[in-house]
Amino acid sequence: MAQTAPVETERPVGDEDVVPDVPWIVIVWNDPINLMSYVVYVFQKLFGFPREKATRLMLDVHHKGRAVVSTGPRERCEFDVSRLHAHGLWATMQKDR
Amino acid sequence: MRGALVKRSRRGGYDLRIPAAEREILGTIPGMLRALLVDGDAADPALQRLYPMAFNDDEDASAEFRDITHDELLEQRLAAIDTMERTLRFDHLTEDELLAWLAALNDVRLVLGVRLEVTEEASAADFAGDPEAERAYELYRYLSYLEEHVVDALSS
Repeated sequence: MAQTAPVETERPVGDEDVVPDVPWIVIVWNDPINLMSYVVYVFQKLFGFPREKATRLMLDVHHKGRAVVSTGPRERCEFDVSRLHAHGLWATMQKDR
Repeated sequence: MRGALVKRSRRGGYDLRIPAAEREILGTIPGMLRALLVDGDAADPALQRLYPMAFNDDEDASAEFRDITHDELLEQRLAAIDTMERTLRFDHLTEDELLAWLAALNDVRLVLGVRLEVTEEASAADFAGDPEAERAYELYRYLSYLEEHVVDALSS
């Protein structure tokens, strides 16, 4: 790979304060216990998804083993994970790399 | 073929058509669940399923998350159990009461499912020969059936 000199970029003072952190993602994992209809219902209730989108995500969880159901700052994702746990879904969060 | 066990009512809320014998069985759930939630061993896989790890491959962050969220989750779960117990014989539930039933039903299904190590392909034959497991699986199946009816009614 070609080497180039580092490029100077202009950054406003205090830039770090306004650039958002790397976004996080919330993943729901497949489990053999939760009913498919229940998972669709929970996705609709917690995230306000239309029935079609909630069903598509549920089928992703069922067939692919997991689906990303929410993204955003860490605090937002922690909130969503705790709500999913309260509803008995197996949810985790991680940085969106 | 039985009709809907739970039906949205025209006067608001939901009508329950659950026979007394089945309510008798449902009456065993609150005590069982409460005992596990309050006095259970934190290392019990069934309890761990109710409070899953929030961060894959990061036990410290997950433990911290659990410390922060555990009490509120426990409070919600106990409140749902109390509501289900209080309304066990009712023929009519408010939406909030039915949501409490749903939460308790799903929690107890998770507990039974973990204990029985059910798979998506599980059938009664898997538990044949172990009377206790047979009974638990029968209850699990019934609760799944009832939960389908609750979700159908809430989604209608």
